[in-house]
Amino acid sequence: MQAEAFLASFPIYIAEEKAGQRGMLELREYESLGAALREAVKRWAGEVCLIEDDRGRAKLRLTYKEFDETGRWLARGLEDSGFAAGERAAIIMTNQSRWLISAYAIFYAGGVVVPLDYQLTPGEQLALLAHSKARVLVVEWHLWRAMTQAANISALDVNTVLVTEAPANADLYGARRWVEFAAAAKGEPEFRARRRADAACIIYSSGTGGRPKGCVMTHENYLEQCMALTALYPFWPGVRYLSILPTNHAIDFMVGFIGPFTCGAAVVHLRTLRPEFVREAMTKHKITYMSLVPLVLKNLQKGLQARFDELPAGKRMVFGALRGLNKMLTRRRPNLALSRRLLPQVHAAFGGELRALFVGGAFTEPATLQFFYDLGIPVANGYGLTEAGTAVTLNDFKPFRPDTVGRPLPGMEVRIVKPGPDGIGEVAVRSRTVMSHYLDDPELTAETIVDGWLMTGDLGRMDASGHLQLFGRKKNMIVTEEGKNIYPEDIETVFEGLAVKEFCVFAANYLWPKRSMTGEQLVIVLRPEAGQAVSEPLRAELAERNRRLLNYKRIHGYVVWEEDFPRTASLKIKRAVLAEQIGRRLDRSVVTPL
Amino acid sequence: MTRTIEQTTEEVLELAAAHFKVARAELKPDDDFFKKFGIDSLQALDLLTRLEQHFRVELPDYEVQGVSDFKTLAERIQARL
Repeated sequence: MQAEAFLASFPIYIAEEKAGQRGMLELREYESLGAALREAVKRWAGEVCLIEDDRGRAKLRLTYKEFDETGRWLARGLEDSGFAAGERAAIIMTNQSRWLISAYAIFYAGGVVVPLDYQLTPGEQLALLAHSKARVLVVEWHLWRAMTQAANISALDVNTVLVTEAPANADLYGARRWVEFAAAAKGEPEFRARRRADAACIIYSSGTGGRPKGCVMTHENYLEQCMALTALYPFWPGVRYLSILPTNHAIDFMVGFIGPFTCGAAVVHLRTLRPEFVREAMTKHKITYMSLVPLVLKNLQKGLQARFDELPAGKRMVFGALRGLNKMLTRRRPNLALSRRLLPQVHAAFGGELRALFVGGAFTEPATLQFFYDLGIPVANGYGLTEAGTAVTLNDFKPFRPDTVGRPLPGMEVRIVKPGPDGIGEVAVRSRTVMSHYLDDPELTAETIVDGWLMTGDLGRMDASGHLQLFGRKKNMIVTEEGKNIYPEDIETVFEGLAVKEFCVFAANYLWPKRSMTGEQLVIVLRPEAGQAVSEPLRAELAERNRRLLNYKRIHGYVVWEEDFPRTASLKIKRAVLAEQIGRRLDRSVVTPL
Repeated sequence: MTRTIEQTTEEVLELAAAHFKVARAELKPDDDFFKKFGIDSLQALDLLTRLEQHFRVELPDYEVQGVSDFKTLAERIQARL
């Protein structure tokens, strides 16, 4: 379907916001993100692009002109330090202005951005840095300090480390201060043009302890994705996007950086993500859009429900009636103006100018989506994965279908491979937004992109109206409500040396397939030595090691398996074969919780 | 008032017990509060806010990232008192 035709199916947005699209960059005319951003900072020079608050206190406010100046100094510094076009530079930072300025500078200098998760352990960050072969590292000082204490720091091989937020007189451990590095640069940097097919970013979708999966995303991937998303949810000068998902995550990189910046909008960063400060920021900055994960959305729902329940009986009845009226009047499509008039206090709590919330990173329960929709707050849920360049489908509000993850975005082809009698099969995606390849892993790339189609490993069905419904996974992984993808291979290192003959971690739903996208758990399969029982000290050891993992990565329980694991000639565990055997011969009830 | 790490730990445990409505005697410094209370990361942040108010300190998010037991939490607070 053409973008225009698709857009026409969103009357609420198109009618009100078409004007807003005036002045947006024609992204099809640009060859790279660097070129598009370079034009954007000129076009909206006087507009505010970044706002930063720390616990409600204003910390920073930058115009596009100021953003551009600092970015160009940094780009010049990078170029002077020998950073060449096509080389890689990693960023490990929380959401803040210098993340985006650094990325702009790297693109300006023709580099490839490697965004790494600041929530990984220092050892994991160093392992991914080594895999990416980044020549430059931009990092917050406290994270850098922790990295220098990690066992594998000696393997770090970068030319330049730039740190931000280092206290005066702090030990920089060989790094340079970001501010001083940028300030010392003299003269204009050279803008290094890149082509659409060149790599723009390397995004790690997993591989912290196992096989690194570095998705090589091209400039074309991002430019196409940005066109598709802003066709549905346009940004324009005056729009304020609250960025709380990590910027290293595909969603925030797109809707908290590239999207708003190519349209002259502003991004708001908070130095603390406590719920009370997020709520305060929404009203203080009159936020237009925000992305969040299902866990945060559910928390918001809980908070709102508690406030509704506290209302005196009379007011509660009136409120219930108004909510019912809003639900009825917006049954076919949202009507923001009407909902704001009917339920002013609810909308005021969100700042009064909120147009939509985006929820992503994990599956969202339909009841939660419906709760917000009934209040006149559209929650755009969808389906996406890093390998596909963020979003593949987005929910359509004509009418709202919370039981699905929406219809494919413009430019996305979705098909169901080998559907069963119920229509359910593996979801495959073909689009100009699909990554180029996995870095240095042609074998995995060939398994994942087959005849131009990205095999997602997720199970789904397309309904008669073209909406995608998800039913679970074919692949051995879980996604938490916090939007974290956990691959069992990545956490096995924590259990190395455990006093058993061998062990293997699985997603429980991979062993015992379940038509569900929620409540996913990991289990460890233990193969004891002959005659060995799972003793109390072993259980304690297991629990202790489990605690070393971040809470969202922890395993739920263990399963005892009395046979040797099947292995390949090179002694790798045949995970799929083992999983099939366990699934066939044991029941889910044998899992002993830890 | 100067607190020892033992006093800080004790106050953390008392406040956590009150916050999640369990008996103080049920909590030990090494307990994993995510497991003990069955809470998620956002609920843990709520507790943190309460602790900050009590101790009159500000804990940056990165200081408490990955912390899941009372003892380490108390140490991070102690370092900022």
